[in-house]
Amino acid sequence: MAQEIDREGVRRLIEEGGQVVDVLPAKEYEQDHLPGAINLPIRRIEAEARRVLDRDRPIVVYCADSA
Amino acid sequence: MYDFRTGIQDWMGAGLPTEGTNAQRPRLVDVVRRDVPTFGLGERLGDVRDRVVAAGWEACVVVSEDRVVLGLLRAKELQGDPNLPVERVMRPGPSTFRPFVTVEEMRRTMTDRNLASSPVTTADGRLVGVVLRADVGAG
Repeated sequence: MAQEIDREGVRRLIEEGGQVVDVLPAKEYEQDHLPGAINLPIRRIEAEARRVLDRDRPIVVYCADSA
Repeated sequence: MYDFRTGIQDWMGAGLPTEGTNAQRPRLVDVVRRDVPTFGLGERLGDVRDRVVAAGWEACVVVSEDRVVLGLLRAKELQGDPNLPVERVMRPGPSTFRPFVTVEEMRRTMTDRNLASSPVTTADGRLVGVVLRADVGAG
């Protein structure tokens, strides 16, 4: 179960070396994404997360907004 | 694992940096006029008009105590009865735009909707400033 985090929390985690995952479609990711974010669209996340992400570092996942 | 539920809209709305093809394009945050005069609901229109003109503006924004946008007073509304309170004269609930909207996108919007001025706000409606047509290159 993921823990909710706010903007300031995300900033802190990025500074501390956390991994940021953008789950939006690649086209939207290409236009704008958080600094250093990795693009893992929803349909690929299950297949690729283990290979791409470091389980020992914090992971933040985001999309456009919660709406 | 953390869930940033308010997402990139919230991030960009706060004016934080992003990466990507849009990152180098000018956005409203780069051109917004932060010195637009602001007034509260109860102020007298005649007083407001004098102060708007003295500040070199033709419009102003009506805001709450915590700077949430409530309405606009354009040149037309400013010419109303000087004894009326702002609340009776303002154009309520104007369309607002977020600071991360690109100037290019805003130019199209202001042209299509024939907007002379538009408030720019944070996601929770607090005023950042105003953009005029000239600020986004709209004819």
